[in-house]
Parts: sequence; C-alpha cells; structure tokens
Amino acid sequence: MTVAIETGKTVALTVDGAAVTVPEGSTVLDACRAAGRDIPTLCFLETLHPVNVCRVCVVEVEGSRVLVPSCSRAAAPGMKVRTDTPRVRHSRKMVLEFLASSVDLSTAPRVAEWLAEYGCRPERYGPEASAAEADERDRAVAGHHAAPGDGARATVAQPVKVDNDLYVRDYGKCILCYKCVEACGADHQNTFAIAVAGRGFGARISTELAVPLPDSACVYCGNCIAVCPTGALMFKTERDRRDAGTWDESRQHVTQTICPYCGVGCTLELRVQDNEIVRVTSPLDHSISHGNLCIKGRFGWRFVENRAAGRHADD
Amino acid sequence: MDLHLSDAQPTAEERGAVDAVLGEPESGWDGGRRDAARDGHVALGGGAHAAEARRHLLLPALQALQRAAGWISEGGLTYVCARLTVPPAEAWGVATFYGLLATEQRPRRMLHVCDDIACRTRGSRAVVEALEREVGPACHGGCEGVSGHDGSGPGGWLPSPCLGLCDQAPAALLTVAGPRPFERLVGAVTPVDAVALVKGRAVVPERSRPLLPQRGDPSLWLLGRVGVVDPTDLAAYEASGGYRALRRALAKGPEAVLREILASRLVGRGGAAFPALRKWEAVARQIEHPHYVICNADESEPGSFKDRVLLEEDPFNIVEAMTIAGFAVGAERGFVYLRGEYPLAAARMEHAIAAAREARYLGRDVLGAEIAFDIEIRRGSGAYVCGEETAIFNSIEGLRGEPRNKPPFPADAGLWGKPTLVNNVETLASVPLIVLNGGANFASTGTGDSTGTKLFCLSGAVERPGVYEVPFGTTLRAVLDLAGAPPPAAAAKDGRGLVAVLLGGAAGTFVRGDATDFPLTFEGARAAGATLGAGVVMAFDHTADLTDVLLRIAAFFRDESCGQCVPCRVGTVRQEEALHRLAAGKPLGTAAAELALLEEIGTAMKDASICGLGQTASFAVESAIRLGLFGGGKGGRKARGRTAR
Repeated sequence: MTVAIETGKTVALTVDGAAVTVPEGSTVLDACRAAGRDIPTLCFLETLHPVNVCRVCVVEVEGSRVLVPSCSRAAAPGMKVRTDTPRVRHSRKMVLEFLASSVDLSTAPRVAEWLAEYGCRPERYGPEASAAEADERDRAVAGHHAAPGDGARATVAQPVKVDNDLYVRDYGKCILCYKCVEACGADHQNTFAIAVAGRGFGARISTELAVPLPDSACVYCGNCIAVCPTGALMFKTERDRRDAGTWDESRQHVTQTICPYCGVGCTLELRVQDNEIVRVTSPLDHSISHGNLCIKGRFGWRFVENRAAGRHADD
Repeated sequence: MDLHLSDAQPTAEERGAVDAVLGEPESGWDGGRRDAARDGHVALGGGAHAAEARRHLLLPALQALQRAAGWISEGGLTYVCARLTVPPAEAWGVATFYGLLATEQRPRRMLHVCDDIACRTRGSRAVVEALEREVGPACHGGCEGVSGHDGSGPGGWLPSPCLGLCDQAPAALLTVAGPRPFERLVGAVTPVDAVALVKGRAVVPERSRPLLPQRGDPSLWLLGRVGVVDPTDLAAYEASGGYRALRRALAKGPEAVLREILASRLVGRGGAAFPALRKWEAVARQIEHPHYVICNADESEPGSFKDRVLLEEDPFNIVEAMTIAGFAVGAERGFVYLRGEYPLAAARMEHAIAAAREARYLGRDVLGAEIAFDIEIRRGSGAYVCGEETAIFNSIEGLRGEPRNKPPFPADAGLWGKPTLVNNVETLASVPLIVLNGGANFASTGTGDSTGTKLFCLSGAVERPGVYEVPFGTTLRAVLDLAGAPPPAAAAKDGRGLVAVLLGGAAGTFVRGDATDFPLTFEGARAAGATLGAGVVMAFDHTADLTDVLLRIAAFFRDESCGQCVPCRVGTVRQEEALHRLAAGKPLGTAAAELALLEEIGTAMKDASICGLGQTASFAVESAIRLGLFGGGKGGRKARGRTAR
C-alpha cells in the first residue's frame, strides 16, 4: 500500500524531459501519472503493497542498468525518467505478449487496447497446447517439466474451479499478479487462505494442498475478487451470465448504497442487470472500506431479490 | 492468528522430527497435547510477535519432515503450522517451492541423478536410460507401481539439475528418509551402480576426496590446505596458520580490516564481480542494527563446484573469514546458506562451527576480546534461485525463495530488513590471507582490476577435471592445458578436438575452442565478449552434442525460474520452445525468424526481469547462436558427431 507520509516536502524530477514535482514518498508511477502519462499496470493497485512482478509498468531511469518498475520505485530528486523509449516499448510488448500467449485475457479490462497499442502478436509462439486436466497444474512439481515436444506453446489453460456458490476461480485467466494473495493476507483480510505455490511456469495460486475453498480458511469476503485484474476470480452470478451469454454491460447500471448489516457503514456499489444484482463492489478510495467488504456486504443481498411480490417473509 | 488447520495428524515419526528442530510444544495451543486446565492459562503460541520471530524455522521444520518421512504429508504440514503459527496455505507455498521437498508421497529411498550439462557429456544419459529400463519412470510424486513408501522396497529416482560434482561426473545424490536419514553425493556413477543404489542392493561408496590436480603446490592460496590439512581437525588448521588472521584483526580493529580489504581491491567471486569493500563498508557504516553476515554457499551454477571443495576441505577457513567479516562490519550473527545437495559440506561446516565455538573462536566472547559472533547453517532444498542474495533472505526468513526487487540493497535492508553483508564462499576464503599478508600483497597478484587468484572449475572434455587455482590474468588456454583439454578442433585436420568452452556456467557464455587465448580476468573476459561468472570452465570436444547442451540449459532456466516476474516465468518457457522447434528442424516460419524471436525474448528477460536469473537466462543461448554452435539455426554449424548413447 502506498502510504505517502505528508511531509510537505516535494521531489522534482523529469518525465520524458518535462519537469514534474511530486510529494515526497511518491513513486515513479505517481510522477508519470502526474506528468499525464498513461502507464499500463496489471499487478499494481493503490490499496496494496506493490509487488512489481508483472513488469508491464517498466520505464527507463537514467543510470539504471535495467528497466525500472515504476509502481514500486520511489521518485528521487533529479531522476530522469523515460516512459516511451524503444527499450521500454519492447519490454512492455513482450510482457503483454507473454501473458496473452499463455493466459486467457478475454475478461481483463484494457488489455485488448494495450495489446493493440504495443503491436503484440501472441500467435507467433505457435499453436496453443491442450489445456491441463483438472488439478494437473496443482500437482506440478518444482524443478521438473515435460519437454516441449509438439511445437505447441505452453499455457495455463485448465478447467474452472467451481467449489462454492459464491465465486469461481478460473485460473486459466490468472496472470499471477499476487493481488488476491495480498488482499487475503496482511494487506487487507488477514485470513491467509491462499498463497502462491509451486515454482516457475508451474507457479499457481493455491490453498494448502490445493483443497477446495470450503475446506480452506476462506471466509468468502470476496476481497480477492475485488482486486483481480483479469476476471480469473469472478462472482458466480457474473460467471453464470457470461456462460449463458446473457452478460450485457450495456444493460447494467451501478447504484451506490450503504451496507445495512453493521455500524461500519461500508459503501456498496450494486451492479444491476435486468433488475438483478450481478456484482457488488466498494470504492477503492472509500475512507472506511478501501474497496473491501465482508461476506455479508459482498454476497448477502439475495434477500433484496426476494421476488415474492408484496408478501412478507412470514406469509 | 486464527489458523484454520485440518484434522490430519502427524505420525509419531514426523512429530519427533519436527520437535527435534523446534523443541517440545508448550501447550495444546501450539500443537501439544490438549490439557484444558493448563491450556486455559497459556497465551496462544506466545503471541503474534513470538510467532513472527519463529517463522524462520519453517524451512528447517519442513526439511525435518522430508528427512524423516521422505515427503511432507498433510499431517506433518499441519503439525508444523500449529507449532509455528503459520497459515497452512503459506507453508504449502514454501513446501512446493523447493525441488528437494516432496509434497506427494515418494519412496523413502530416492536417487537424484544429475542430467545437467557436465554429466550429460560424461554418460548420465546411459544412467537415466538404465533406470528407466530397470526401475521405471522418474518418480515425481504419487509414483504408482513403485513401492518403498515405507522404506522397505526399492526406491525411486528423479533427474536433477547440476549437483556440483562435475569433476566426478556423472553424479547422483542418494537420499534415504527415515529415523536415521542418510544423504550422500556419489560420483562416477555407472548405470549398474545407479540401479543397485535405487534398489538398495549396493553399498554406498564413500565419497572420494576431491580431485585436486594441484595438491601440495606451495604457491596455492585458497587451495593450500585442500587435501593436505585434515578438515576436521582444528589443531591442524591452527598449525597451518589458521586463526592468525582473526587474532591480527582483533588486535588492529575493524577499520584496519576494512583498509586491508580496500587495499586488496577484492572483487566478489560469486559471479557479479562486485567490489567487496563497497559492501563491507556500506554495512559497517549503517547506524541501524543488528547487522548480519551471510556466506552464500548455495553454489548451484551448473558446472560450479569450487565452493563445495572449499567448504568440505577447508571449513575452518570459512568460519574464520566470517568471524573477521562480522567483526569488521559490526555483526554478531552469521549464516551459512548452504545448498541442500551438499551433505558432506554441511557436516564439515557443522563440525567446524562446533569446534570453533568450543575453542572460543565463536560465541559471546570471541578470544576474550569482548566481541560476540556466532554462525548458523541454513540448508537450501533444491532451488538455484536461492543463490540470489535477496532470495537467500526470503528463504532464511521462512518465505518462498523469491528474489526481492532492488533497491533497497542488502547493505541497507537485507535479512529481516537489517543491513546485511552477503559474500560468496570463495570471496570470504580470500579474507584471512588478505588480513594476514596485507591487502597490497594480495593485489600484487593478478591484474589491475582483477586481483588475487581465482578458482576455476574444469569439467567436460578434459583429462584432469577439478578445481584449479591460478592468478587472475592466466589465459583460458593455459587453464585448459593444466586440465588436459584437447587442442582446438578447428586446427585439426580430422576435426577432432576442442569445439567450445562454456565460461561461467548456464548463466555464462560460450567461447569457441580456437578463441581461448585471452586472459581470465573480469575485464579480459568482457573484452572477449564472455563472462567469468563464478569460474566455470566446461570444455566440449567434437563428440559433444551442443544442441542438446543448449536445450538442457534452456530447460534448466525454465525449471529454476521462481515464477515471480512475467519476463522470466514465461520468457524461459518461450525460449525453450523456440530452441526445440529449431532443433527439430520445424521452425515457425523461417529459422531466421525464430532466431530473431529468441533475441527479442532475451532482450526482454535481460531488461525487465527482477533478478539476475532472468537477466542472464539467455546469455548462453545467445552466445552459442552467435558463434554458430547451435545446430538448428539457419547458417548454424552443427557440432560434429553426437554423444554416444
């Protein structure tokens, strides 16, 4: 979580030659944004500690041998940052291409736009290898893999995990950004139901022994869904509609309200389609929730949809 | 923390093994027997801070389970989590990170057969084929059809990355779990030996002494005691000049030690060639305390085994060097992070530390000088990436061995966020003689930018493989000649001879067999478009299948990537796939397009990966292609002949 301590001091640097002044404690990404640069990010979120693993936000910093992840590097006085050099564009293109060639990014916001902007051609890595069996990737052994044989490119495609009524885990869409692990762990929820397991291309998000969620420590707060950048974690209500072909954002609207359950007063954003709630979120910049909810606020709204018109529950 | 633990129970054996590391549990709260009356008055595991302070015991506890039962069962994992207040998902994340920890049941007797580049050219294929024929397929876990889960029947086997016994290739590591666990590196393994070792019918050969062709040469600095002085005898070490340097350091003070290191112009020997003094001084100057010293003994670079020889054969020298380092930088605690594949080195270091402690060379009051310093050994468990200095911190702290982004650098925020000095074994090995003979004296050997002597690990197509110590500046050809490498193939009419040399290991670069007349210095290698790395010199003659070697290097990086950052996690996969397509003669489009793609992949890995693993994962591949050593590429020169099967 970026917590810029308000010292009143500022840092002056240049971004693509233009002078920028940001508060002390800001990151290079903050400075780039202040300079009006639209830097793509995937593993970054304002409310989480930057893990700088996706490397799509890299920039060139004068004097640095390698590219610098802008999301985590502190802005320093006199820094000369370049956001759009051939070197930067190449790494961004490759990172996006690597992801697009191995992960289903069809429900990841903005990614299609970036793939076009950077001229990515994921198909140049060959045809996709067949998807893994259920649980096959959960059993991948560190330090061993089958040699690529048939000219196909490896992917993380695998069957979706549906083991509860509230949300689904489609790890064929997982880019391993660590956000759900952070949200489940010390950054937000302190439940620690999931962690990164395995190594290398076999690395995956997992519960202990890859047990189903109901057997894990999961408390169904859904804060992992809220931070997932690709739709790998998704409300079952949304997933079912997408599978049925009835998910239609043009027919959706968002209503803000306050959670009725307890005195904390989290703001709820109810996404509604055809008069049914299909997804519940809370604003990231909300001073109380920081985007987080508990199981009740996140999922406990079925009563609203009790369509037994005009009748009381005890009728 | 509100732990969600399964009902699975450990076996008595597993419980005993974990308790041997962690001590007996205090109450029902931390996995002990339930006792309602007493438990009601005991704080939960000592509280969150106590739990945090014990997290570093997670990996040792998991290793204890592995040694006791041959795998980490659900009951065992649950017990460790209860004892240490670690969420099971996190412990699972750590357990599944390491190659030598099994999370599915395996036979208790396992033979890890090196099929990495050096062993590949010296017969490991035949060993693997014999095992596949006589024993069955490699046993990654589950292993249906292989008995031995209870330790009775025959065992299983697995291919392994480099075991650091390249001078005695082909190599294997035998691990037998149980009440009396057993681990041994075995060299010169024949197919018949390997099958017998797996089936438990062979007497496990004692490890032979390291081959040290230069043994007894009085000009040796780092290898002077190797094969000459008993590595298990402190008195013998003292009689050969041992601990004189520490006494001198204590007499002259930490500033004087730093001045000698400055004068020596010592450069790190782990591969990155960073000036040692910069690290020492940065840690020494930190106001924040405590400071830590870490000896990076995770040597896992394919082809490298010099650190193993130093640890096995001159362990007191490393202990003394770490003590001097601790004194100079103001640290009271040191760690040796020692790769899991080196059981003898671990035993020798364990013994040396205990003997030094007894003789008051370590402890609260080193040599009565009111200086405290002590050393702990932490074993790795099969993860090349843990040789990256910040990955060491995470591994010791009980986290997944993923490298951290730098900055902050270790001298600012290292182990547990404190200023930490990390030096390679060989770097530290030079310290006592610098302190004893003076930095200027040390710097008088070698060249301007590369001072002192350097150890080189000669393996592959040489008559006398082993570790060689030569002054910096000796030419590569001269070192090859010491080990009896053949003359260049290019000069021979029949095409027989030295085709290529891999310098620096898998993360290094190839040079042509007829282009070896450059000085082995950091600057000399750079000028020759190569890198010294950690000092690997692997020779390939006309019989070597360099395409196969390249494919193995690509597979190595894919296996050893920690998986954290995208450029390395996916880039190493795409690199391997492209090389396979080229090697099979089935490029997507043209071979030239594949070569261009490989270059694009390599550039992104170099520019955008978090750590040195990803940043160097394309070096060897690119150099081989550049030199025309890779058979598949268009215009590439196929290495003549193929390895005899």
